[in-house]
Amino acid sequence: MSILQLSATELSDRIRSGEIKVTETLDAVFGVIEAKESLLHCYVTLDREKAYQKAALVQRRIDAGELTGPLAGVPFAIKDNLCTQGTRTTCSSKILENFVPAYNAEAVTRLEAAGAVIIGKTNMDEFAMGSTTETSYYGVTRNPHGTDHVPGGSSGGSAAAVAAGECFAALGSDTGGSIRQPASFCGVVGMKPTYGTVSRYGLIAYGSSLDQIGPLTKNVRDCAAVLETIAAHDPKDSTSVARQDTDFTVGLDQDVRGLKIGIPRDYFGEGLDGEVAAAVRKAADVLEVRGAVLEEFDLSLVDYAIPAYYTIASAEASSNLERFDGVKYGYRTGNYEELHQMYKKTRSEGFGPEVKRRILLGSFVLSSGYYDAYYLKALRVKALIKKAFNQAFQRYDCILGPVAPTTAPRLGESLADPIKMYLGDIYTIAVNLAGLPAISVPCGMDAGGLPIGVQLIGDCYQEKKLLRAARQLEAGLGRKDGQGLTDGSEFGEVCHETV
Amino acid sequence: MSVVIDDETIDYVSILAKLDLNEAEKEQAKKDMSRMLDYIDQLNELDTTGVEPMSHVFAVQNVFREDVVTNGDESEAMLANAPAEKQNMFKVPRTVE
Amino acid sequence: MKQYETVIGLEVHVELATKTKIFCGCSTAFGGAPNTHTCPVCTGMPGSLPVLNRQVVEYALAVGLATNCAVHQYCKFDRKNYFYPDNPQNYQISQLYLPICHDGYVEIETSFGSKRVGIHEIHMEEDAGKLIHDEWEDCSLVDYNRSGVPLIEIVSEPDMRSAEEVIAYLEKLRLIIQYLGASDCKLQEGSMRADVNLSVREAGTQKLGTRTEMKNLNSFKAIARAIDGERARQIELLGEGKSVIQETRRWDDNKEYSYAMRSKEDAKDYRYFPDPDLTPVFIDDAWIARVRSAQPEFRTEKMARYRREYGIPEYDIEIITGSKHMADLFEAAVAICHQPKKVSNWLMVETLRLLKERELEPEDIRFSPEHLAGLIQMADAGEINSSVAKEVFAVMFEKDVDPLRYVEEHGLRSQNDEGELKALLQEIVSRNPQSVADYRNGKQKAIGFLVGQAMKATSGKADPGLVNRIFKELLS
Repeated sequence: MSILQLSATELSDRIRSGEIKVTETLDAVFGVIEAKESLLHCYVTLDREKAYQKAALVQRRIDAGELTGPLAGVPFAIKDNLCTQGTRTTCSSKILENFVPAYNAEAVTRLEAAGAVIIGKTNMDEFAMGSTTETSYYGVTRNPHGTDHVPGGSSGGSAAAVAAGECFAALGSDTGGSIRQPASFCGVVGMKPTYGTVSRYGLIAYGSSLDQIGPLTKNVRDCAAVLETIAAHDPKDSTSVARQDTDFTVGLDQDVRGLKIGIPRDYFGEGLDGEVAAAVRKAADVLEVRGAVLEEFDLSLVDYAIPAYYTIASAEASSNLERFDGVKYGYRTGNYEELHQMYKKTRSEGFGPEVKRRILLGSFVLSSGYYDAYYLKALRVKALIKKAFNQAFQRYDCILGPVAPTTAPRLGESLADPIKMYLGDIYTIAVNLAGLPAISVPCGMDAGGLPIGVQLIGDCYQEKKLLRAARQLEAGLGRKDGQGLTDGSEFGEVCHETV
Repeated sequence: MSVVIDDETIDYVSILAKLDLNEAEKEQAKKDMSRMLDYIDQLNELDTTGVEPMSHVFAVQNVFREDVVTNGDESEAMLANAPAEKQNMFKVPRTVE
Repeated sequence: MKQYETVIGLEVHVELATKTKIFCGCSTAFGGAPNTHTCPVCTGMPGSLPVLNRQVVEYALAVGLATNCAVHQYCKFDRKNYFYPDNPQNYQISQLYLPICHDGYVEIETSFGSKRVGIHEIHMEEDAGKLIHDEWEDCSLVDYNRSGVPLIEIVSEPDMRSAEEVIAYLEKLRLIIQYLGASDCKLQEGSMRADVNLSVREAGTQKLGTRTEMKNLNSFKAIARAIDGERARQIELLGEGKSVIQETRRWDDNKEYSYAMRSKEDAKDYRYFPDPDLTPVFIDDAWIARVRSAQPEFRTEKMARYRREYGIPEYDIEIITGSKHMADLFEAAVAICHQPKKVSNWLMVETLRLLKERELEPEDIRFSPEHLAGLIQMADAGEINSSVAKEVFAVMFEKDVDPLRYVEEHGLRSQNDEGELKALLQEIVSRNPQSVADYRNGKQKAIGFLVGQAMKATSGKADPGLVNRIFKELLS
């Protein structure tokens, strides 16, 4: 079995047993990068030299028995909105094209402490604003399953890199679906944890009350291992939650007998592609066969999540992005005479159209006379949405539905109509408003060979239930550990034997 | 409650947001923002009387640090990315006083 | 000629005496080299996050309770959005919707009697960095050392009518805050700053006139001048049939005139919204009770106690309690040497003289109570005489030296060994028969000459009283 067919945790097992050297894994990954990166463009920045230096260090610590965790020696990709000390961090924006942070994001620090080897920074929608990775200043990323298609977004580079074998696992961030949707489009596992589970320190903020960092991986076991590594209370992030139950790999293989799963009828309405609906229903059947109890219900308020989200996220973004002004770091316009002109030219030249669109909207909804009507109204609707989920979770252990209404659109199709693009977030966005955990698991392919994902949503702090169900789903759908879509394996028929 | 986004509004918002828009961008911004606000207006279909605005999902409160100095002189690292610097300070166009 | 009434409200910013900044672990020490007290948080680096310093809440609450405020037990931080280079995030973390304290008052005393000035609210916020204007290059330079230093802003009601009331109010606030130890409140160094909101209206009318806000007031004198100047300017405008424009004006104390601070690039629309990076602060009853019970003895109570316990003049009491630092010094020194009158005397005479000479405030006194008490004890024991004591005190005032050590090192101890002294004086007596004869003939003054000779011979280190006594014994 080639190194590339291994999952991240399988790879680490073999590295720790001495079977494979860390540098060999880098050789393998950089081999794929050489072959595919010029077409796919998953990365904004690759740092081969630093990766090999780190690899040598990690190898020594593994040999010395200091690194014993499930990610030791695993090559990782990091979304380019997570600060990496000494490696430029651009948010795929011109305004940060030369920004080299002096500090690591807390999640990056934790990964490196566990022996992960970071090989590069992945492409994304500029400042995580977008669903296709097409708003990047550094060019589009292509979907490894169909290179005329987008990888999804905003963590498109991370999802594509995992799917293409250009890394073994990646970190992304999810503000309205930015991990789950690209995971779905690229046929990998992606998880957004409960708000507060992973420190946001060093994550360049888009919508602070919605942003969470999470894993993009080849399979559910890897996902659990990565989440377990990066989840921790961080005194540097006031919104970080002190949780005791972050041993996500424990009990992963437990069955789902008796697990109550709610399927929202309102997630299967107009706009949902037939093939996607069928694949998601099939995934639900898999869980039912394995003992889960399915029930359809009405979640309600689904249509209101998007307008509430865009109001809140844009408002927060308009404020979060004020610091990019050409004074302390990043791009400064070359041509200015006075202060305010410098601000305006720097920002107008440094930000792309989608970012400007959201900054303008956000500034407007917070401005004098509109704050109550728009911003506070959206926060009230958010409270209603949270309540609707609370009610659902009184009856169900988790909610199952599609991740996105369609499979990956073609490149260039989405940006022309922003609202239509925003509508693509309809199944993922409410999760962020309510701070819930959710996971996207591959569950099939459309006729064109593009992956379809199924989403499992849990109540706050119920990641373990989600991972367990996701693991059973994965097994039931006939995917085995390490059989990412990279090796060309197809989904089998529903398997009836238990794992 | 449909808000009309006119030139004046766009000019005002671009001053707040410190963005310079050319005529074409301004027209596009007017169109985009009007459409988006129309879309957002559907929130008014919901009766939210008596509903408290929810800024934080969790009732986490009183997150503090103790008053102990933990940082040393990091000036070099803080200035390392400065587009313009002089005498260990960030250099900007003259501010009006 | 119409009569006008001046209506004044104050926004007072006070830098709190915490060791670290409000949202990060950087030092708040004043006067460091540029940007040496900075980190990703207080320079607004991408991805950095604020975490609230608990002590800021303690101080803000203490000031609120001392000024009779109600407490918003559930309070939050909001972002105030505006672009300026001293504001690294281009938003200031402040409180608008739920400030920590509200609806309080302080009592002030003026020549017209006592009066209550209402406090609208007190909120917590972060200070901005410092802008330095570089004349050579015609640019500005930003130092973020002050960025993130904790402030409270105390917003008064428009209850003041004159500069005298404003000064009395500020003095009162300053004393309360100093007594709490919440700030040193130095106007010159900017740890206390006042913006003056002023309007005028025809005497007898109720409706408030249009107000202006004046900034850049660095001393009580500047505040008084600015109030008089702005009042005159507004009355003149109204007299000419013009109207006052609501605006922010910058006071130039050298030219004694204020200038409008206007920019077409600034719309005053701060787009306040709750900061999603910070959690709410919940102050329960127990917390309030704890802070209330820890409130110190304020000036009025202290004055009463001084009258009771120390028996020092009323004037001294007023001066000493007028500065928390001086009062602390006084009490600590008295606790050691048990000589309230002498301690007070050193403060009233030598200390005030030296402060005035060097244009310093009582807060700038650097010598320790231990050293002052030590000096008094040495003088009491006759180990040094009074002129040496003054000389030592002057050095102590500058450098806070230990008087005992200083006296030893400089050989200033009195020559009080009676045997040695007697021998010396006997010699002086025998060398000055004329003076001896004069004294014995009833010329009491003649002994003064002999004492002078003795002091000269001992380089001033003998105790003049002792010398006098020995001479009298020798000549009797």
